[in-house]
Order: sequence, then C-alpha cells, then structure tokens
Amino acid sequence: MMMTLGSGSLRVDLKLIADMVQPGSRVLDVGCGDGTLLSWLGDNKQVDGRGIELSMAGVSAAVAQGLSVIQGDADTDLKDYPQGAFDTVILSQTLQATRAPKDVLSNMLRIGRRAIVSFPNFGQWRVRAGLAIGGRMPVTDTLTYEWYDTPNIHFCTIRDFTELCRVLNIRIDTAIALDRDGGVLPMSGAGWLANLVAAQGLFVLSRGA
Amino acid sequence: MSAAENTDHNPAGLTVELGRDRPIRLDCGVEMDRVVVAYQTYGRLNQDKSNAILICHALTGDHYVADPHPLTGKPGWWEDLVGPGKLLDTDRFFLICSNVLGGCMGTTGPKEVNPATGKPWGQSFPVITIGDMVQVQARLVDSFGIDQLFCVIGGSMGGMQVLEWCASLPDRVFSAVPIATAARHSAQNIAFHEVGRQAIIADPDWRGGDYLEQGTYPKRGLAVARMAAHITYLSEAALHRKFGRNLQGDRDAFSYGFGADFQVESYLRHQGSTFVDRFDANSYLYITRAMDYFDLAAEHGGVLAHAFKGTKTRFCVASFSSDWLFPTSESREVVHALNAVAANVSFVEIQSDKGHDAFLLDEPEFHATLGGFIEGAARHRGLAAKGGQS
Repeated sequence: MMMTLGSGSLRVDLKLIADMVQPGSRVLDVGCGDGTLLSWLGDNKQVDGRGIELSMAGVSAAVAQGLSVIQGDADTDLKDYPQGAFDTVILSQTLQATRAPKDVLSNMLRIGRRAIVSFPNFGQWRVRAGLAIGGRMPVTDTLTYEWYDTPNIHFCTIRDFTELCRVLNIRIDTAIALDRDGGVLPMSGAGWLANLVAAQGLFVLSRGA
Repeated sequence: MSAAENTDHNPAGLTVELGRDRPIRLDCGVEMDRVVVAYQTYGRLNQDKSNAILICHALTGDHYVADPHPLTGKPGWWEDLVGPGKLLDTDRFFLICSNVLGGCMGTTGPKEVNPATGKPWGQSFPVITIGDMVQVQARLVDSFGIDQLFCVIGGSMGGMQVLEWCASLPDRVFSAVPIATAARHSAQNIAFHEVGRQAIIADPDWRGGDYLEQGTYPKRGLAVARMAAHITYLSEAALHRKFGRNLQGDRDAFSYGFGADFQVESYLRHQGSTFVDRFDANSYLYITRAMDYFDLAAEHGGVLAHAFKGTKTRFCVASFSSDWLFPTSESREVVHALNAVAANVSFVEIQSDKGHDAFLLDEPEFHATLGGFIEGAARHRGLAAKGGQS
C-alpha cells in the first residue's frame, strides 16, 4: 500500500509514473491504496481518475477524499470494464501479488490504451545472492516480507516480464530501471544489466500491432 | 399551497396531492389521479435548485428521517446523518423524504380512503412496484421545480429506489448512493417475505384485507411477520452478542413451557407487538410485493449493465460484511454492471457484525466514506464546500 507524504509530494517512483500520464486523460489505478497518486493526478493533471483497492481502509480513505475507488482486486474486477475505457491503466508494485498476472496484463491493455506497470525485480543481484549464498528466501528493501507472510505469490525478473510481454504481443514503449529508492538508473530498463542491478522495473506498455 | 412554497421545516410533515393534471400510470396498468404524498423536507432549496437530496426510506420506514415519529415518539431513523453540520448537512442541502406509495404514514396506500368509494382501499388497492414508487417521488420532485437531484440516497428498499431512479431517470440524478441493496430481490428474500405475508393472511382478523371496515386488526399475523423479518435484519453475531442464550431477567431456570424464556424471544415479541401499533398490515403486503417484483436486469433485456448505459451519475455503492439479507455479492453485481458501462463508481464493503441494519446504525467507517463521497460530488456539482457560504 502507498504511503501518504502530504500534499504536493509524491513517492519518487509514483512521481515518475505521474509524469508519464497525459493531462486530462482517463486513468485507472489498480491497487491505488489510499488514493495518493490519483489525488495528485486529479489536482495537478486534471485526470478523470478511478481506482481499485483491496483494503477497506484504503478505499474508505480514498473515497473520503472525493476519489472514485471501488473495493476489489486486479484478478476479479478488471474483466468487467469495456475495451478502451481508459487512456492509462496503472499497476504499481502489485503485479507480483496477483493470482493470474498474465490475465491481469492482458486485461489492462484491453481496457486501457496504455499500461504503466512497476514491479520488484527478482533478478536483482541482492535477491540472487540471498538465495544462492545465504540459502534463504530473499528479504530486501523492496521485498520486505518473510516467505510465510508475503502477499507476493508471482515473482518475476525483468527478463521474465519482457518475455511475457513478447508472448502476449505487448509492445514495450518505455523501460526504466529503478534503484531501491525509486531513483532512475542509467541503463536500458529492459536489458541484462537492469535485470542484474535494478531493484524495480517500470514499464510503459501498449498493444502490439 | 404548492409544494415549492413549503420549504420551511414542519416536524409534523407535509402533504401534497399529485396526479390531478396528469394521472399516474402504474406498472400494473391502473391510472391514479389523486395520489396524496406525505413528505418531509429539511434545509432550503438554493436559487438554482441544485442542492436537493432525495432520501428513500426502507420497507417499514417513513419520511420522519430526523423528526420524532408521531406514533412512537422515537427519534428519526437517520437522525445520526441528517441535521445542521451533519453528513447530510441541512445547512447546505435541501433534503426531501416522502412516504412511499402504498405506505401507511400519510401517502396514498391501502389504509387510506379510496375517493371513488369512500371506503378504505384495502385489497382493492392496485399492486405497486418500486418503479411506481419512484414515479410518484419524481412527481413530488417536479412540484419543487427541481430538474436534477444532487443526490438520491437510500438503504435496502430505499437503495432499490435509488437504482430505479438511476435507470429510469438518469439525467435527473447527479449522484447516487445505493446502500445495502440489490438490483433484484433474491429467491431467499422473496421466501422470507412470503412467510410474513402468509402470517398476516392466516390471521382470521385479516378478513380478506377488509379489517378496517370490519373493525378488526390482524395484530398477531403482522407481529409474526415482523418477528421473522427482524431476524433477517440482524446477524448471528449481533444476536449472540446482545442476548446469547440468556434467560429473561426474572428467570433463573427454564419454565418448561412456551412462554418467553429466552431474552431473544422476549425481544422479538416486543419488536412484533410495537410494530403493529405503527404499521398497516395491508401496506406490509403491498410493499413487500413491490420489493419481490424488483429486478432491474429483467427490465433491461436481462443485462444489468443495460440499465445504466450512458449514465453520467456518480455512484457510491456500500455494503456491510455481515448483511446476509442484501449480501456484498449483490452490491458487487451492481458495481460490475456499472464498471461495464465505465460509470463513475465507488464501492466499499464495510466490516461490521451488525447485519443488514448496520446502514441505520453508527458505523464510523461508513459515515466517513459517505461523507467524502458527498463532499466530492458537491465539489463537482459546484456546490459550496462544507462551512462555506452558499
């Protein structure tokens, strides 16, 4: 879930996502938490924003700010929306917690013209080292849960993700590698180096030809 | 006096006669040209008539939303929500609530006298629908010169009316709050209603519905109907918390008889016996029937989403986790249909163990969500913010 940092300021990776959204566009934020990003987009980019959030507390906080958010999840609630209902569908740090990531991605690009997806990179060296050297399931700054209480059930590496996009005929318009604080790393977000050093991947996707 | 002039609040309620100029055609085909509507208003209608909220009451509710009930003296049923500075702020909004068609608190219904015969309607009253109730409400709203309601809000059967408004008069609803409701009455709910109706009809004092003329009253039947229904408004957890298996205060052992040994029995009997003092048995038959007939999808080619096609209304759907009469799954059906037409919708399931009645009770999370939704909608409608000047 997202943190609230007060009005005006956004978490670094959210700001990066926010900058990619067209002013005045229709946006669906899947896993929107308390609506921090939607609220910022409404105030600063006049977007027509909608959200989906699993927790009652998140929904309640978001609706109490005047946002349009439904209690639901990416697995069950994306299928109802009509094709092309949104300009941009955002899935921030949630893909790995969905039951059917493949269907979620497909649905995002059915109902949205573009999708913006960020996820923790399970291919990062810290993760690899944690498992290879430590012999334990990795717990890092971006993967903070122990194996027994994690909501994350479908981890992937950046390479896994780009491969799934290929299979689904999804075009990668932008790929950005992020460090653990959400800062941008100076390399292709879809390359082998990113897969080794990036803590998170951030992708802008559209339907392939 | 026309309804539009009655903007000053009167605790006793107000009445208006509708349909004389243009008869109201009911779904059953009957036309009514003299429908009296008992209603209540709170607050003042603003200059451009953009701040009106219609509150729709539930099965046995009435228009005494925030006034003492004239028969029971009990506080208004939504007094927590309605008042100056409250969530439905009477300093900012003009609130209207009317007793539904077929009701028994002043609006034309089976208890009232049929002007054509000079006798109570009784069973000669036409069978009504949720759509008919909404049609009459729309006429009342017309009488104020209001084109578009800022909000239509209600729980349970009131929520059915909200959905009906949104489907049949979409341009007249800026925002809508259907609470603890469904787009159709389920088989289980029809079954519970049927138990209640049969209890009334089986009471010899019902007299084929002619009890008012014959000077009797089917008290026992109506009380049993209420007892059965009341259970459905609560939850197992709420009943257990309130009563457990506790015996009544003056008993320390079973009576080995059929008196009210348990507190829960005594509670239900009390619910039944007080209900008959304020509600008409025939009204109970007619209004439960209206709920049974409600099926918004069926009215739109079997696809619920079609009922909301092209809607511009802002929706806030709410359900309660322990409500088994109108469970969350029913609200989700509505949300999914609204998503299918890319409507502007918020939805929250409130965690509560108080069952269906939770919508009438103090549920802070629900009130916070609802308050935020109303504020957001008011902002989009260009109404002054809370505490601002209108």
